[in-house]
Amino acid sequence: MTLAVSVDLKRGDFRLQADCAFPADGTSALFGRSGSGKTTLLRCIAGLERVPGARLHFQGETWQDAGRFVPPHRRRLAYVFQESSLFPHLDVRRNLEYGLRRVPPAQRRLTFDDAVALMGLADLIDHRPEQLSGGQRRRAAIARALLSSPRLLLMDEPLSSLDLESRAELLPHLERLRDELSMPILYVSHEIGEVMRLADHLTLLESGRVRAQGALHELLARPDLPLAHLEEAGSVFEGVITGHDEQYHLSQVDIPGGRVALARRPVPIGQRVRVRIDARDVSLALKPPEASSITNILPGPVVDVSPDRDPAQCLVRIAIGERWLLARVTRRSVDRLAIRPGSRVYAQIKSVALMR
Amino acid sequence: MDSNALSAGYYSPEDLAALWISLKLATCTVVLLLLLCTPLAWWLATRRSRLRTLVEALVALPLVLPPTVLGFYLLLFLGPRGGGGWLTGRLGLAPLSFSFGGLVIGSVLYSLPFVLQPIQNAFQAVGVRALEAAATLGASPRDRFFTIAVPLARRGFLTGAVLAFAHTLGEFGVVLMLGGNIPGRTQTTSILIYNHVEALDYRGAHHLSMTLLVACFAMLLVVYSAQRGVRASPVPT
Repeated sequence: MTLAVSVDLKRGDFRLQADCAFPADGTSALFGRSGSGKTTLLRCIAGLERVPGARLHFQGETWQDAGRFVPPHRRRLAYVFQESSLFPHLDVRRNLEYGLRRVPPAQRRLTFDDAVALMGLADLIDHRPEQLSGGQRRRAAIARALLSSPRLLLMDEPLSSLDLESRAELLPHLERLRDELSMPILYVSHEIGEVMRLADHLTLLESGRVRAQGALHELLARPDLPLAHLEEAGSVFEGVITGHDEQYHLSQVDIPGGRVALARRPVPIGQRVRVRIDARDVSLALKPPEASSITNILPGPVVDVSPDRDPAQCLVRIAIGERWLLARVTRRSVDRLAIRPGSRVYAQIKSVALMR
Repeated sequence: MDSNALSAGYYSPEDLAALWISLKLATCTVVLLLLLCTPLAWWLATRRSRLRTLVEALVALPLVLPPTVLGFYLLLFLGPRGGGGWLTGRLGLAPLSFSFGGLVIGSVLYSLPFVLQPIQNAFQAVGVRALEAAATLGASPRDRFFTIAVPLARRGFLTGAVLAFAHTLGEFGVVLMLGGNIPGRTQTTSILIYNHVEALDYRGAHHLSMTLLVACFAMLLVVYSAQRGVRASPVPT
């Protein structure tokens, strides 16, 4: 844990009271509803808000405490704002160079061309910001942030206020960014789908307080947290592509504790991938099913059974490998199959549910 | 216009001297005002101080004050018995009243709001977002000011400079009170026009008046076309 934050801020009726820590590697998400204080917390970390009494420590450096406040331009972090923040008087190239020029060459972590390639900006380099679409502006802003070679990249809802098409276009760029640069990212989101694709670590913020913090896959499956009760609740697994079935257009992924088939992914064998399994796409059986159309079967012991928001449904948590799989099934099925903690079940997932 | 309008005889030597003084005065005034108003406008645009309202009201005063009032108090202040006269005396200099230096001081005060307000508005329009973005990219406050705030506010600077220049050319009351109409030293074009009319030299008055009319109109054209550029920035489809 190398970014430690302690903030207590009162603004009108709103109070942000957060004590939290973030790992210095991977992608951390700050998740919560609008108005839960996510952006304010991110701005405090960047030094854009100076909250009296706040304490901030990053990798052994003090950014803020009782007698010290390091201004944002000396923190060597970068911030991607929710709305466009490209400088309107500069074209894309000069916007990108703005951050780059302010980093001594020895400290630069990627070149201009790397950033342009990573964010797919080659054709836009001579355009002015007002000529770009929303998604293109966001990509340019992210490239500009990367070129300042930050030790920490902060992003405030990088996908919000974009139409579906732009989101779909930007998401793979963010995944590449996460996978190809070893740059710690802390980003704010209120979309669990986005978080499930991008984050490794999650901080759950609720009306100005930290409700929970930890590894994404753990928090997603905890029945005492609201995440497991969301409509799109599910689990994430990290796996390795072990084969492609060209005839049926499927890819085979080995995850600790099992093997699943999903839609053919355009990645080589051996590549690490993340598999998201929605709780509503999982059904349970007590015996390995035969003659079923379902080929993804993960056996494991039941950890617990919890009531869901809807009284007709239950959430069943199953241990698969080191992780938890979340299944949303009817209460009737749980009673009929006598599923209780310790029961051994076979979780079945339709491959078509893994087509995304 | 006269057929020999553009020939050398169009302006008398006295006219040329007055035009030269007006040009010099307007240029000095604009340069000094830009140096003075840039930090002041930045302070007014970015700081929330209780002093702010007071300062804003004070610098807007020349807009409503009769030029004679400003001229009169400056005359007293800069004269041998005023505070400014005392200071110049201590420095071993002649009093600034009835001198070109005095005119510059008067013009600077008189045209201050014409430069300050456009620059202040332009700084305010820059907004915090661009400056915050620059800060997170490693730009110090000074760096942000010169690379973000000033370029984004450039139209405000242009507007302020042109307005102050034109306003100084047309200044009459302050100059008359403070400068006293000394040919070759403090006699500006607008004063000389008045002298020509007093002497019933309508032809001379007309030559100089037309010159100022055309010059001021051209400058306002620059200002308005610059402002038009703000609204209709080209967006290719």
